[in-house]
Amino acid sequence: MANLAMREAYGRALADYGAVNPKVVALDADTASSTLSSFFEKRFPDRFFNFGIAEPCMVDAAVGLALGGMIPFANAFAALAALRALEQVRTCVCYARTNVKIASSYAGVSDFKDGPTHHAISDIAIMRSLPEITVIVPADGNEAAAFVPLIAEYDGPVYFRLSRSSAMPVSSPGESLSIGKGIVRRQGTDLSIVACGSMTGRSMQAADVLASKGIKARVIEMHTIKPLDTGLILQAAAETGAIVTAEEHTIIGGLGSAVAEALAVRPVPLAMVGIHDAFARTGPDPESIMDACGMGVGDIVDSAMSVIDRKKGGR
Amino acid sequence: MKKYDSKLIADLNAQANYLRRQSLTMIYRRQAGHPGGCLSAADVVAALYFNVLRIDPKRPDWEDRDRFILSKGHASALLYSALARRGYFAESELEHWGELTCQLQGHPDRLKTPGVDMTSGILGHGIAIGLGLSLAARLRKKDYHTYVLLGDGECQGGIVWEGANACAKFNPGNLTAIVDYNDVQLDGAVHDIMPMEPFADKWRSFRWEVITIDGHDMKQILNALDEARSITRSPVVIIARTVKGKGVSFMENKSQWHGIPPDKEQYAAAMAELSGEGS
Repeated sequence: MANLAMREAYGRALADYGAVNPKVVALDADTASSTLSSFFEKRFPDRFFNFGIAEPCMVDAAVGLALGGMIPFANAFAALAALRALEQVRTCVCYARTNVKIASSYAGVSDFKDGPTHHAISDIAIMRSLPEITVIVPADGNEAAAFVPLIAEYDGPVYFRLSRSSAMPVSSPGESLSIGKGIVRRQGTDLSIVACGSMTGRSMQAADVLASKGIKARVIEMHTIKPLDTGLILQAAAETGAIVTAEEHTIIGGLGSAVAEALAVRPVPLAMVGIHDAFARTGPDPESIMDACGMGVGDIVDSAMSVIDRKKGGR
Repeated sequence: MKKYDSKLIADLNAQANYLRRQSLTMIYRRQAGHPGGCLSAADVVAALYFNVLRIDPKRPDWEDRDRFILSKGHASALLYSALARRGYFAESELEHWGELTCQLQGHPDRLKTPGVDMTSGILGHGIAIGLGLSLAARLRKKDYHTYVLLGDGECQGGIVWEGANACAKFNPGNLTAIVDYNDVQLDGAVHDIMPMEPFADKWRSFRWEVITIDGHDMKQILNALDEARSITRSPVVIIARTVKGKGVSFMENKSQWHGIPPDKEQYAAAMAELSGEGS
């Protein structure tokens, strides 16, 4: 199977699922040909609503559609879904607990061409702080597609964080996925790398590099940031004694913070890979930006070495 | 203009007076709430809940019911009074408003209070949410109507106009907005704080049909709601010209009564003015 960009895998899957479930509707904010909700639009024009560049209105209308018994997927750039439409999401989606799915595309630094105005590096932190919403970050195109039916069939608000780009594949089609259950992608005993989204594939690469140094790294894919699979994290902490987190996001409030909160009851050496309280920059591709902004494979390897050192009692 | 039975009009006026008294009593008892905007919207809400809305208090989740969104959620005491009067919950529940275990929140909460169709409080959401409800009706071939009640000050927010613009595009044909145009908001007169005139022209330019009425004249209210329901070529807004604090002379047109409860003497004086029918 081709390694589709996450947005394309998602867009095709949403259209396919639209044929299965007539309650699914899609909304977009003048980005249908970018988020690729356009696949759904072509097949189900009567169940597709383009609101123009008005994300707050789109989210509120999705709330109304949900109140009327539909299952709306509201598509937008993550920077706008999580920021401009945030009050709608907080009040009308989360507090009112309406069955709205926010499909947030172009997350992280995947909109490399447009630069930091269009990056979303705080959205996980923002969404994670809101009661009632489930936050899901697929690791590759296959998962972006596989989560669509699960999210549609889950009763409640979901923030689904998608990338514009393709990510290094880590999953295989047909693999079982469950909201709220992390996946051990690689066994290891010396430390655990807990990753989400595009950083999962990079963490697998880092584990290869570490293996060449004789270090056995466990890699855990944490696609559901909320509710967090705390049990899997505490088990990893107990069995490997050191943890590195990796996310295409600021380290303030994201996956790393969620893992740190879980570990507060039973601390082990922890290091966070992500953006360190800065805006990223424009670049020729997402990978270059990630490498330049602290999210390279080498950054994961360095963090792994440091937590192992601390575990051994060094500095 | 349709002829209405004078008994119906008298009955609805009495209901409105009851809602005014009950809202003020709730606000006085709790020493919190928004009297001015409850009193201004009481006649419209009485018309909706006691004559117009197709609802069944025994089945608050009935799929075919008409929907009502109190976009100006700070008039919650008015909505709770109407819901209790219609039998969604016991009127004795109103006495517990504001208590930690009470199902009535400061602003309406659809999950806690039977009969509340949508949570509200932060202003501006009603039109766009109402649009979604109307689109769902169209998709599911339901004939329910959605009513949204908003304030004039509320219309200063951009989300109202994003919603209005989208309604014109999708024209669901089963959505009516009502603006409680009392020209008073928290900090002063709407025409001073942030003027909205020419208000009707703004809606018309967004391709809405506009019906302007005296929002305290029950015949005009019923006629406008009737007419609005029959218009499907465009979304309809009823601009109800009202008096903030209507019915209590010392509260009328005064911004300080937007969100301040009356003290004991003020409450007694207000209730004396609101005595009579429906009391």
